[in-house]
Amino acid sequence: MSDTTLTHARAETASGSPRRAFAWKGWIGLILPVILAIGLEWGVRAGWLEGRFTPPPSKIAGTLGELFASGEWFRHALATGWRVAIGFVFGAGAGIVLGTLSGAVPMIRRLIDPTIQALRAVPSIAWVPLFILWFGIFETSKITLIAVGVFFPVYLGVLGAVLSIDRKVIEVGRVFRLSKLETGRRILLPATLPALVTSLRAGLGLGWMFVVAAEIMGASEGLGFLLVDGQQVGRSDLIVSAILSFAFLGFLTDALLAAATRPYLRWRDDLSTAEKA
Amino acid sequence: MLKLDSVSRIFPGGQEALRNIVLELAQGEVVAMVGGSGCGKTTLLRLVAGLDAPSTGSIELDGADLHEPSADVGIIFQEPRLLPWLSVADNIAFGIAHLAREEREARVSRALLRIGLAGYETRWPRELSGGQAQRVAIARALVTQPKVLLLDEPFSALDAFTRASLHEHLLALWETDRVSLLIVTHDVDEAVTLADRIVVMQPKPGRIFTEIGVDLPRPRNRRSDEFHAVSRRVLDALDGSLTEGQSSAAPGKTETAAFWW
Ligand SMILES: Nc1ncnc2c1ncn2[C@@H]1O[C@H](COP(=O)(O)OP(=O)(O)OP(=O)(O)O)[C@@H](O)[C@H]1O
Ligand SMILES: [Mg+2]
Repeated sequence: MSDTTLTHARAETASGSPRRAFAWKGWIGLILPVILAIGLEWGVRAGWLEGRFTPPPSKIAGTLGELFASGEWFRHALATGWRVAIGFVFGAGAGIVLGTLSGAVPMIRRLIDPTIQALRAVPSIAWVPLFILWFGIFETSKITLIAVGVFFPVYLGVLGAVLSIDRKVIEVGRVFRLSKLETGRRILLPATLPALVTSLRAGLGLGWMFVVAAEIMGASEGLGFLLVDGQQVGRSDLIVSAILSFAFLGFLTDALLAAATRPYLRWRDDLSTAEKA
Repeated sequence: MLKLDSVSRIFPGGQEALRNIVLELAQGEVVAMVGGSGCGKTTLLRLVAGLDAPSTGSIELDGADLHEPSADVGIIFQEPRLLPWLSVADNIAFGIAHLAREEREARVSRALLRIGLAGYETRWPRELSGGQAQRVAIARALVTQPKVLLLDEPFSALDAFTRASLHEHLLALWETDRVSLLIVTHDVDEAVTLADRIVVMQPKPGRIFTEIGVDLPRPRNRRSDEFHAVSRRVLDALDGSLTEGQSSAAPGKTETAAFWW
């Protein structure tokens, strides 16, 4: 016990000053965007830049404020978020199931993996015309596209994780006479969880990417619709507002996913834990 | 108790890893197994643990056939094989998940106390030293209260000092539990320190060369003449196991005891 407190105290004194220095250095990254924002604002006010093409930060803030006040922002964000969520659930679900089966059963891997690898070579956006033909221009084709985008990284991540599970660890399960189901729950799942989380985060990122593509190809609401709308009416402030909203939501959902899974990954012994320790 | 009768194991490639092994282990007996690399020691332990099946012959524990992992047989591998995602306490409790919570916790804290790691419950395996991790692995195998504990070079990755202290730990556990131990080792001193009986194996195909009884009182003094006498007999037997039956090898080239592995 005294042992633990001692190492703890040592770690704290040791990292005290470097950490403060690090925090200070972190702010350096803000210099560039701030200068850019000030420059833009100033340039437009001085008449050197045309506000119609390069919206000054004040204009963007105003547009975002209006969107919030009227509730429009929430309507669009909800429509987009909903599409991402449904597409993510289907794509990730299929990726997890097929990835696990493919990893665990050699016969299934030989059967499906070549096809999936071949399909992966197709840039997902290339499916759009086919999906529209099959599912119409409404929700189904959009969600299918997003699901396809999410599927591949999750499938690959899970497959790789299952294949790389240490046979020695599985043997521990055999020694303690775990059933197949228990082996899955008590060994396979925790052993593959880090890779699963990484692939889910990659999949989510692609989900946000593909929702933009899906909404640009035709939608009556959603943040992607705002992009197209802004272009058509020539309002760059609207476009940038939508871009910032995408960035914010993408960041937020990724952070939520990371935070939700972090408690299960505390055991890991790698750079990500060393950094947070 | 544990009884191996004319056990052999031929791998699919045709490799004959074990031939006609006859071995008995009494309750509470400590048997060490030594022999050159590749003479089938690990294969033998895996058969007894039920992780592999013999090609011919039978393995019985108290009259019941052992053909799959049994609750009565525990095994400790060369490396601890702790599950990195479980705390030390949860690792130790891994094999007793079916027990009631109080019983489980009682056994775990007793085990931690006995291996000298009380207070380490919530640590992660990555925060343990090699010797501590191997002690946790021993605790994990013992909390299920097996009748036979198999150990495959369990201390070979550790320094001599840690090894000696783990010998004491193991013997202390053995004295209270009276579990039978079958321990594979490359270290003759380790074998003489721990065992009641030393089985010397011979390679190609793996078989038993000879058995040497160790009739020394415990605790054993590694510096005593009697201890050295037994060590020497084991080393001689190892030399013999490697030269005999290998008539095809160059006659003048006898391997010295120091390099028998
Ligand atoms: N799964 C396997 N398939 C085929 N051959 C195997 C397999 N496992 C072991 N062997 C062979 O069986 C023989 C005995 O191997 P084993 O691992 O039991 O030796 P060992 O006595 O434990 O050696 P060491 O002291 O080096 O650990 C070796 O020749 C090895 O090549
Ligand atoms: Mg071995």
